[in-house]
Amino acid sequence: MNTPEASAVTAPEIVITPPERWRPIDLRELWDHRELVYFLTKRELQIRYKQSFFGVSWALLQPLIFAFVFALFFGLVAKIQAPAGLPYAVFAVSGVVPWLFTATAIQQGAGSLVLDANLISKVYFPRLALPISKGLSLIIDLLIALPIVVIVMLLYGAAIAPTFWLVPAFLLLGVVTAFALATFLAAVNVKYRDVQLVVPMLVQILFFASPVLYPGTTIGDQSGHAWSYIYSINPMASVLDGMRWALIDGQPYPGTANILISVGSALLLLVGALLYFRRAEDFFADVI
Amino acid sequence: MSKPAIEVKGLGKRFEIGNAAGGYVLLTEQITDRVRRRGRSPKKHEFWALQDVDFEVQQGETFGVIGHNGAGKSTLLKILSRITPPTVGEARLRGRVGALLEVGTGFHPELTGRENVFLNGAILNMPRAEIQRRFDEIVEFADIGPFVDTPVKRYSSGMQLRLAFSVAAHLEPEILIVDEVLSVGDVAFQQKCLDRMEDVSREGRTIVFISHNLGAVRNLCDRAMLLSRGRVKAIGGIGEVINEYIGEVERDLPRSLRERENRDGTGDLRFVDMHLERNGQVIDSPTSGEDCDIVLSYETKGGRSFRTVNFGITLFSLEDSMPLLNLSSETAGAVFRDVPPRGEARCRLHNCPLPAGQYFMSITADLAGEMMDGVHRAFEMTVSGGDFYGSGRQPHPDHRTVLVPHEWSVSEASPQGVQEPPADTPYRAKTSA
Repeated sequence: MNTPEASAVTAPEIVITPPERWRPIDLRELWDHRELVYFLTKRELQIRYKQSFFGVSWALLQPLIFAFVFALFFGLVAKIQAPAGLPYAVFAVSGVVPWLFTATAIQQGAGSLVLDANLISKVYFPRLALPISKGLSLIIDLLIALPIVVIVMLLYGAAIAPTFWLVPAFLLLGVVTAFALATFLAAVNVKYRDVQLVVPMLVQILFFASPVLYPGTTIGDQSGHAWSYIYSINPMASVLDGMRWALIDGQPYPGTANILISVGSALLLLVGALLYFRRAEDFFADVI
Repeated sequence: MSKPAIEVKGLGKRFEIGNAAGGYVLLTEQITDRVRRRGRSPKKHEFWALQDVDFEVQQGETFGVIGHNGAGKSTLLKILSRITPPTVGEARLRGRVGALLEVGTGFHPELTGRENVFLNGAILNMPRAEIQRRFDEIVEFADIGPFVDTPVKRYSSGMQLRLAFSVAAHLEPEILIVDEVLSVGDVAFQQKCLDRMEDVSREGRTIVFISHNLGAVRNLCDRAMLLSRGRVKAIGGIGEVINEYIGEVERDLPRSLRERENRDGTGDLRFVDMHLERNGQVIDSPTSGEDCDIVLSYETKGGRSFRTVNFGITLFSLEDSMPLLNLSSETAGAVFRDVPPRGEARCRLHNCPLPAGQYFMSITADLAGEMMDGVHRAFEMTVSGGDFYGSGRQPHPDHRTVLVPHEWSVSEASPQGVQEPPADTPYRAKTSA
């Protein structure tokens, strides 16, 4: 449906027909609406920081506070050991920063369509623009928070690994995972409002299933073990452990097979989520 | 001859109404429901909001869509503006489409007027460069002056509305779809909006205008379509389609007041019938300038009698629902000492002061300020033209206003010009205070 065919002359002809049940994302249309994505992202950032006392520094304070609390309880009280003698505070902060991005992106992304219900029922635009702009605004927060990890590393005397240029690749995997889950949940949420109650639980489960506070490389004792493969189906396993390995000198490598399993699982999630989103898109305006 | 701007063929939209009344549901609810039905899927009711709709709109034409609530007007607009897809059929739109569905959609209270203009422009798919170029124009049209950089939440609702409409009004699509935007805002601003739409249409752009305001539709549109229960009932010249609509309104009304369900009040007294009389003869339509009795028959609950009942009739113009006359027995000084259990209340309208046209009446009966019965749109009537002024002339059809007896005279101005009131009149004293 809705394929604007640029005719030879001036006026584009829009043909509106009943939609196919399953169809791919219309990337061209999304590109045509890039200014909308820009302004929606800007709106997110403006609203988030406009009326808060600390302004943008929240993006820094939030992960620092979490990392401090985690370091206190899990490092000092529960005495979880970070691999290769890494100070636990460094371990915690390097997990918390990307994790907070994923968790917030899933939670806020899942609500993004319902929150803008009046837009969806009144104006036409590619609906994917809403979760995308939510995600983009959170990526900005992530970029603001990332230097904290480096600062904490340097404070504790941990060295930056020569593979640090691989960090963006692992973060990208995290972005894809969060985006896939967020768009899927957002689309389901339009029809079933109790998804809003399920999401925090889901994020909590994902938190314990991901190596935020403990090293995932200890699962199944060594990489290559069957349990470690199953563990890697959660893409966040490779995101967090992979980022630590790439950034901090001496951290264990998660294993190529494990990373590939995570990448495959994330891509599968993404394709499934987008297909479902496209299919559900048609009834958004009718049920929202 | 160029191709039509809009071509719609066999368009239809079906809604499935499950057990929940449409809209979103709870997943847990659906699962428990499924379990209770032992896996059988729930019965679905189908409902066609729109069916077999065919029409064409030529380039540069202003096309009206009218119909009752629930006739499918909004569904049609939502399909044309691609908010919701059709179930069958197709629509071809040639040109950039701008939809003006509801003013203020997408405004965020925390953002300033300026920020909202850009955001709203982007939502309406207006290129950023164009918004930038026309920014001053938009702000000026909205008349919000120095508040451009104030968060919109501090705006009055009128200011928000003006700014929102202003953004939308500066869209430059080849096809503009407008739904009921004019039902909001003060009269002056509504006029500004109508003027703006006329400009747009004069620039040769195509407009599809959906409205309840038959007056506005008549003024703006060349052709129109009447939708009734999701189907095209009439299509053609604006005059004949509006007449068809008015005829439909008349036919749809239940004949008997007694059977009307939709009414207010305690029900201690109920209107059961209503008719018009002239000189004791029942008539269908009164004539301008001639006496007419409006007769309301009622019954009371349990055969009670009442004292001091106040009967009221409000008369509206059918075309735009504008109230024209309010007739209240109490205000007119009639005190009914005894209102029998079954009876007729009669209101005589001397020299019926209405120009030829169509009207409807709403009626009420109050007891000591409490409504016993109230029926909106209880009666509709057509007034035929008559010689109200005894001058042999009829009021111009464009001036559909109430007629009042009046006299004109012309005389030569007094040499000193208009006489000033003396300095010690109360009027003077008041204004100088």
